[in-house]
Amino acid sequence: MRAFVRAALEEELGAEVMEAESGLRALRSLPAESFDLVVVDVNMPDLNGLELVSFMRKHERHASTPILLISTEAAARDREKGIALGANGFLSKPFTPDALCERARALIEGSDSG
Amino acid sequence: MSDVHDEFLAEAQEIIEALSRDLLFLDQAQKEGNVQPDLINEVFRGVHTLKGIAGMFGFQTLSAMAHTLEDLLDDLRLGRVDLSQEVLDVLFEGVEGFQRLLGEGADEEAVDVKDFAQSIERVSKKREGGEVTLEDLDLDESVLAVLTEYEEHRLRTNLSQGTPLYRLRVRFSLTTIDSNLEELKERAKSVAEIITYLPSVGGGDGDEIDLDVLLASDIPAIELGEVLAAGGEAELERIGRKGVGPETSHEALMPPPLEDESPGRPMPTSRPPAPVDTTPPERGAPAPQKDISADALSLRSVANTVRVDIRKLDHLMNVVGELAIVRSAVARITEKIRAREELRQLAIELHRVNRGFERHLEELQEGILDVRMVPLGQLFDKLARIIRQVAREHDKEVRLLVTGAETEVDKLIVEELSDPLMHLIRNAIDHGIESPKVRELAGKPSEGILSLNAYQKGNHVVLEIEDDGAGMNEELLVQAALRKGLIAQEAADEITAQDALELIFMPGFSTRSAITDLSGRGVGMDVVKTNINRLGGVVDVWSEHGSGTKFTITLPVTLAIISALLVRVAGRDFAIPITSVQEAILLDRAAVRTVEGREVISLRGSTLPLCRLDRLFRLLPVQSDRRFVVVCAVGQRRVGFVVDALDGQQDIVIKALGKSLSNVRGFAGATDLGDQRVALVLDAPGLLEEVLRSQELQQLGIEAHE
Repeated sequence: MRAFVRAALEEELGAEVMEAESGLRALRSLPAESFDLVVVDVNMPDLNGLELVSFMRKHERHASTPILLISTEAAARDREKGIALGANGFLSKPFTPDALCERARALIEGSDSG
Repeated sequence: MSDVHDEFLAEAQEIIEALSRDLLFLDQAQKEGNVQPDLINEVFRGVHTLKGIAGMFGFQTLSAMAHTLEDLLDDLRLGRVDLSQEVLDVLFEGVEGFQRLLGEGADEEAVDVKDFAQSIERVSKKREGGEVTLEDLDLDESVLAVLTEYEEHRLRTNLSQGTPLYRLRVRFSLTTIDSNLEELKERAKSVAEIITYLPSVGGGDGDEIDLDVLLASDIPAIELGEVLAAGGEAELERIGRKGVGPETSHEALMPPPLEDESPGRPMPTSRPPAPVDTTPPERGAPAPQKDISADALSLRSVANTVRVDIRKLDHLMNVVGELAIVRSAVARITEKIRAREELRQLAIELHRVNRGFERHLEELQEGILDVRMVPLGQLFDKLARIIRQVAREHDKEVRLLVTGAETEVDKLIVEELSDPLMHLIRNAIDHGIESPKVRELAGKPSEGILSLNAYQKGNHVVLEIEDDGAGMNEELLVQAALRKGLIAQEAADEITAQDALELIFMPGFSTRSAITDLSGRGVGMDVVKTNINRLGGVVDVWSEHGSGTKFTITLPVTLAIISALLVRVAGRDFAIPITSVQEAILLDRAAVRTVEGREVISLRGSTLPLCRLDRLFRLLPVQSDRRFVVVCAVGQRRVGFVVDALDGQQDIVIKALGKSLSNVRGFAGATDLGDQRVALVLDAPGLLEEVLRSQELQQLGIEAHE
């Protein structure tokens, strides 16, 4: 899944992608780095995506970093929660690389202009 | 009945026993306002399993009944219905019903399921709000906001299963967080299900991070804390429910250690550990559904125990007896061989081998005896249920205190004790313990105390049933006995307080004009006494008007092997169970007096009636210069049996006399003395009872019609 997202973002957007295998790994790299976009799956090992969103929003550096939440079709409540916690957009699995890139581009540009 | 069928019955019985035990704990917990969800779940699982196996074996009524009960329990464990005394009544009713359906000769109509379903309907007033909600949990809203649906589901599931939830606060350095976390997971693996990790911003310098780990675990908090902290720094906090009192405990973990949070059990009878799923819960993947695994476990039963029909053990015991006879036969042959000079060496070897054989035989015998032993707690649990029921029916407040539930007694004795004890207990609540109002007027606490105490005393087990109720009024007892013609006026005039109490054991005695439904089940105290005597036991009564009554039952530890005094009467061997024998003395012919046609001697100041066994058994008396008196006692009464010779003490295995002789009175059975001699075993309590009774009847001028 990660490889798939990474490939799509690198190839289609020419983005430089940093990967974290789990929520906690992400947590470790977040404080020191800046990102144009963070793609978060709700169901990650360890720390769930919602927790990561919540954590980022409380962290000064990432208070406004765009977050794209990935979840399954069924978990509507997770999506709502994610948005409430401050995620900027969501994408339901399964999705195509095009759909991903489109959403990613929109979010990055949206934050640039705003 | 097939083996499979038996297996089902045994299994079902076991479940029902566990159910009734758990219900009693629940009852106590409910009264104390501290209901443990895991206990409700335990009951739910028991009923669920029962439903399953009953259905499998075609017990449709039982299965249907379990099904309705399961629904109620499901509502209870999910918090949709509150546990009240009314609900508990129905639960107890259900267990009674199960028992009736499984009882001997019970048919499918023994219980009206529709009726029962209506009872359930009546108490199933569902609480507003429906399911278990996480909002009840003492968790911050910000925490609930970041939980995924699955995590919420896991929380809810654990909550409804009664698995305690915890919050573990750990601080990790960002550089080592990976390895720290792996270690934590590894430690938690077998003891807890980690539901999620919640990071909290704080820590200040950014090098460290505080993580709140939400987890569910069945093991005691103190243990959990030790495992998870593993010497490091961690703080474990139980997540309670909002508004459910001070269930949360918040304590730093290392040091000092957390208190064990397992609730104090209301009774000292031990609750056997619930079947434990031995496979460690898989983290990440959906946790194993406990209901399913409980089924599987229960059918496999607890892997290293077997249930055995007591008759099979009796048979083994008999075989041991036969082997003992073989052993002495071998010993005799060895002696013969030894007499021949050329075979002397062979005889010595044979002797040595035979000694080894004897030793192992003794071990075997002890082993079988040990297998027959069961703790009295089994019986006490059953009684506790009845006490609760009876107390509620009669609006009496009764607290049961139990000691010595671990005391072990032969399984057969435990079974035979059930009815007499039940009767004594019903009596204690019905006649003994007063209603709360009366008690308060008498300056007693409104709650009566009923104590069941058991302890071992040498080769005996002593059981005490004591209440702090009204006690018995000796005068009233005597008056009742007079009215019913049980004793003569002259006897009544001279009766001692103790003898007055003993009147209650006379056939046909009952102090109340109307027998209440409780005690009156066609059994009186005389039957209680007879039953206990039949077990080789004695029952004594103590009572003080106004302050209570105590029955003390003294029983042999086992029926299978008893220690007996061997005596000879008219050239024959008899065995008298040593439990009944007080002492044996030389008969001083000159000291024998005759009182009202009865021979008596004076023994240390009190009169001892004599009974010549040769006359009693109509045997031809042998000439003898010396005779002995074996003083036997049952409770407070004594008789001296006159015998020709004392032949020492020996452990004997009693064998039944067989059907054709089952009507013969006075004998408990026969035994093989090991050297081709057979002795009849006297039923000392029965014999004594009979001798004294015929004496009393004579005194009253009534013809003995036995």
